[in-house]
Amino acid sequence: MKASRAVSHVLLAAVALTFLYPLVFAVATALKPPGETFGSPAALVGSEVRWRNFADVFSYVPFERYIGNGVLVAGAGTLVVLAASALSAYAFAALRWRGRDGIFLVFLATMMVPQEVLVVPMFLLMQAFGWVDSYQALIFPWAFTAFGAFLLRQFFKSVPGELREAARLDGAGELRVFLRVMLPLARPALGVLAVFTFIGYWNSFLWPLIMINDVNARGTVPLGLQLFFGQNGNQWHLVMAASVISILPTLLLLIALQKHLVKGIATAGLAGR
Amino acid sequence: MKRPVKPRTTEQWSALGFVTPSVLGLGLFTLFPVGMAVVMSFFRWPMLGTREFVGLDNFRYLLGEDPDFLTALRNTFVFTGLYVPLNILLALGLAFWIHRSRWANLWRVLFFVPAITPMVANAVIWKLLFQALGGEPNVLADGRTALLAVVAMSVWQGFGYNMIVFSAAVNEMSPSVLEAASLDGATGLRRLVSVQLPLISPALFFAATMTMINALQVFTQPYILTAGGPGNATETLVMNVYQAGFESRDLGLAAAGAWLLFAIILGVTAVQFVGQKRWVHYES
Repeated sequence: MKASRAVSHVLLAAVALTFLYPLVFAVATALKPPGETFGSPAALVGSEVRWRNFADVFSYVPFERYIGNGVLVAGAGTLVVLAASALSAYAFAALRWRGRDGIFLVFLATMMVPQEVLVVPMFLLMQAFGWVDSYQALIFPWAFTAFGAFLLRQFFKSVPGELREAARLDGAGELRVFLRVMLPLARPALGVLAVFTFIGYWNSFLWPLIMINDVNARGTVPLGLQLFFGQNGNQWHLVMAASVISILPTLLLLIALQKHLVKGIATAGLAGR
Repeated sequence: MKRPVKPRTTEQWSALGFVTPSVLGLGLFTLFPVGMAVVMSFFRWPMLGTREFVGLDNFRYLLGEDPDFLTALRNTFVFTGLYVPLNILLALGLAFWIHRSRWANLWRVLFFVPAITPMVANAVIWKLLFQALGGEPNVLADGRTALLAVVAMSVWQGFGYNMIVFSAAVNEMSPSVLEAASLDGATGLRRLVSVQLPLISPALFFAATMTMINALQVFTQPYILTAGGPGNATETLVMNVYQAGFESRDLGLAAAGAWLLFAIILGVTAVQFVGQKRWVHYES
């Protein structure tokens, strides 16, 4: 039994290593000197370990700008998503009002609509707003998701009604109950929603591709990476360095989230994404 | 209960205050565009220039004369037909495999990595990988293998997500049911097929449905790996919509294509929901 468990672990480690090979390959290539990408077969390490490649990426294109834009867009987007979702989730979970169930049903129905149905008319909307090629266009159109409201509503519903009732009896208005009682309790759910929303914005590609013309001014990381790849496609050491740079923030978030990952996906996933 | 005067009215008003941002946002950025998309699909609607009502012409063109749309449709179906089962099988197999491992959480996080990293970066890395693999022409440039290469890269990227969904379900399998099954002598494959899989069938159904919906909307992987080529061997429906709208600048045609895709997604999802009665077991 013990032996078979050891064998199973060794096999599993082998599978995991094979699985991670593309990423290892990317890091290895990012550290090779130019021209050695396809050089000696199967050699992961080149004739020198060249950290300079990472610095070189920034001298070819304003990658720091893409990163800054990405942080700005994803950060602002996440704040709007959290605020709008939490507010409406509270109304759906804790308040009694006319029209609640009907509106909630409409919210759920909007989750069915795929992005590509929306992008074409959204483009016209952005033109009408004068938002083409702007940060707002990257932030707002996707910041009002029924998904967030749905996720947080489930959470708020699990909070005992007596807690809210007690606060109300103490004379607290709804906004106070929401801010002082409900939000602090919802911190874990808000955290999971925040991380997934941030990563969604950070990785988003189709919409920025449509909306952003001046990539060097307002492009996010995937757009910048794609542009860099298009212009320097044969300089694989630099392309891989740029890829590794764009991956790093998401990897850090994953490590920060890893304890809550399974629970987060089990709740968030079953809510529909 | 001591409450301020007219509690219901105040509750009604504060509720309206709480939902207004979301209602306005969803109305403006989802409901209104959906309505617009319906209207646009019946128009010749160039990005610049005059628009003109054309009835069903856009749909007729896509389904009849457009040389690319039907190919994109076929490619999308082939992609989905390969990607979904491979993804589910791998995710399921590994979820059961790591179930008893002391390092289960480590394995889950490892296999989840490409699911969280930018898709563009994943695809760029695989492009190099396929080139390093060699071959003349290489797999991405060969019309017979290009779509398979896109599937391979996508499965690698995506199955970690479902693995976590399954992993959570496997952890929650009722111990009493499993014990009863083992007392009845169910072991190995028998136990898997007639006890364990039914126990996690709600998660299987959820994952299969969501994965299929996502697969039908595949865009970034072929866009980066092959740009739809060689020829149009890896062109997908969303790429077709993107090209119609933002390269050919024919927004009406793009809207019509997007509606056809939405209809397909709804149809496939409906079939899954009807079919689930035969194999999904919910604990009452």
